[in-house]
Amino acid sequence: MRFSPKKFFVSNSFTRKLHKGYLYVFLLPSLGFIVVFFLIPVILTFLIGLTKMDYSFRWDWIGLGNYIYILRDKWAYKILGNTLFYVFTTLAFFNVGMALFISIATTHINDKIGSIFRSIWLLPRITPSTVYALLWLWAARGEANSLFNWLTSIFGLHPIDWKLTYPWLLVILVNGFVGTSFGMIIFTAALKSIPEDYIRAAKVDGASTLQIIRYVELPLIKWPLLFVTAYQTLSLLTSYEYILLVTDGGPGLYTTEVWALYSYHLAFAQYGGIVKFGYGAALATILVIIGLIMSVIYWKVFRFRELMVEPKIEV
Amino acid sequence: MVSVKLVNLSKYFHNVKAVDNLNLEIKDGEFVALLGPSGCGKTTTLLMIAGIYKPTNGYIYFDNRLMNDVPPKDRNVGMVFQSYALYPHMSVFDNIAFPLKLKKRPKDEIRRKVKEVADLLGIGELLDRKPSQLSGGQQQRVALARALVKEPDIFLMDEPLSNLDAKLRIQMRAELKKMQKTFKITTIYVTHDQVEAMTMADRIAVLNKGVLQQYGSPDELYNRPKNIFVAGFIGSVPMNFIRGALKRTNGDYILEGLDYLFKIPRTYHDVLKDIEVGTEVILGVRPEHVDIGFGEYSGKVYVVEPLGRDQIIHIDIGGEIIRALAPGDYKVEEGKDIKFSFKEDKIHIFDKKSGEAYI
Ligand SMILES: Nc1ncnc2c1ncn2[C@@H]1O[C@H](COP(=O)(O)OP(=O)(O)OP(=O)(O)O)[C@@H](O)[C@H]1O
Ligand SMILES: [Mg+2]
Repeated sequence: MRFSPKKFFVSNSFTRKLHKGYLYVFLLPSLGFIVVFFLIPVILTFLIGLTKMDYSFRWDWIGLGNYIYILRDKWAYKILGNTLFYVFTTLAFFNVGMALFISIATTHINDKIGSIFRSIWLLPRITPSTVYALLWLWAARGEANSLFNWLTSIFGLHPIDWKLTYPWLLVILVNGFVGTSFGMIIFTAALKSIPEDYIRAAKVDGASTLQIIRYVELPLIKWPLLFVTAYQTLSLLTSYEYILLVTDGGPGLYTTEVWALYSYHLAFAQYGGIVKFGYGAALATILVIIGLIMSVIYWKVFRFRELMVEPKIEV
Repeated sequence: MVSVKLVNLSKYFHNVKAVDNLNLEIKDGEFVALLGPSGCGKTTTLLMIAGIYKPTNGYIYFDNRLMNDVPPKDRNVGMVFQSYALYPHMSVFDNIAFPLKLKKRPKDEIRRKVKEVADLLGIGELLDRKPSQLSGGQQQRVALARALVKEPDIFLMDEPLSNLDAKLRIQMRAELKKMQKTFKITTIYVTHDQVEAMTMADRIAVLNKGVLQQYGSPDELYNRPKNIFVAGFIGSVPMNFIRGALKRTNGDYILEGLDYLFKIPRTYHDVLKDIEVGTEVILGVRPEHVDIGFGEYSGKVYVVEPLGRDQIIHIDIGGEIIRALAPGDYKVEEGKDIKFSFKEDKIHIFDKKSGEAYI
């Protein structure tokens, strides 16, 4: 039989279609997951937010009543402020800042020592959250022999109860030490994938280590930076388990209460057993909206910058 | 402008001897090619000269200054990388300007110099583009411009033409050579292409497995290769190597092979007189030094490869095939007997064991 190119191409495109069909089949479950675990909960949350549902689980529709109530809730504003403070401070100092610092530092030293350092930062991630939170509470106790007080006593400071005196410090440290590992892994992978020749060329061109970081490495990991910043913003916005375990929003009224925790408190843990599913759901809906808006902003900001100002080097 | 001296220079990676005890002197303004097959340590040598790799052993001098501990930024070398290594996030302008910006030169001086060197290389119109929007040849010019703009004392080029198509490569070969002669920058040019090395360089250092095989002018390498490796590496059509034992009959030296005998011209007898009779040797003769159609030897035409202007005639001499270069219009027929001879003053004899050349 003679080789017929036409036949060959026909069968080729056919098998290609077949392969693509399989791909869609493989993707279906993930679509299912998104519907079941994201879309449906979001819609349910939104709908429940339009009721004054409690333990009786009755759908008593009250329209936008809950939202009007939120607007009048004097604590909502404080808690919104808390949330923004918590998210951006943790982000700046740990989830992005510290992650970037560790990635850069450990990729500029001996490779083995570098990976040992990075492994240490993974430990909080693999420790059960209750154990991890307890460790911090134990270290920050008010007794003179607690870890924090022992450390500060070296500088001649008096022992204090850290949770009561600096609750935010504790909240941010606890979350930050856990949150650093994610960005660290992504940034390290991105930095390691930069072709060696770029770094060599920069060295020959006369760049110092700091200049290489600033002019070559950072611009080249711009996308991972955006991704981690956006992802961690959303993750911090919605996470509250460590705050719940460490301060539970205290000390005092709503000192370290954040939006997600407030929503949890109202929906599931009201004092005296009163639950407000409806109100909690309305708060959660606002969180989802804030998250979506933030994503769009991050996207726009980075896109816009990419289009308008090419990363120029200032002299 | 400076001269470069490498003294007993070595670089080991664990147990890989990438460069082994290299001694090389490059004169001020000279164009030297480092030539050798893949993995022979060419890039490693360049990176040591640039200061990226620290030598395991040995010394690097620029003029008479020991450079081993001088950081790359204080060596004033310009380097074109095998991959070009253009920063993808910077425009062509910023790429070329980068070395000057790092030196904190005033802005208008930077603009002027970048424009100057870009115009010189014919990329003046491309300054606003990103490297990804350039063709291979244009990228190569940008890499060249970035290395030139800092007015380096030494110019290092790592296979700068290997990513270009054949036509552009020939054109750039001439341009680079012209440029080097104009600026008289001491240049070390890495290539695995012997034609590039032969056509461009003042002197060529042939490397194999990290060891320097021979260092000399193209003419020396072509006419007086020191060993079989150099002899086989230099030359567009590879040299013929004919195995045999050295014998003496009637006061004449001959090479005795499987099915053939070759007489060794009398002019070489002096050199050969210390070699034991019966020693296994290899006779080397370039295809362009095999005359065909007449002469004292004969064989069968095995196959003919036309090259246009020339043709390569493969001749079966019984147990070996030798190649002869003949004019393209010379008429031969495959399978027919053919007479040939060697140009007497152009043959080489190598020791089979060591590969070293006697002649
Ligand atoms: N960083 C490194 N670590 C370990 N081995 C290396 C390293 N760099 C080079 N080598 C080894 O050293 C030898 C020489 O490498 P080098 O890159 O200098 O070769 P080259 O002559 O430039 O080859 P090519 O023509 O393929 O570019 C090779 O065997 C290579 O595998
Ligand atoms: Mg190389």
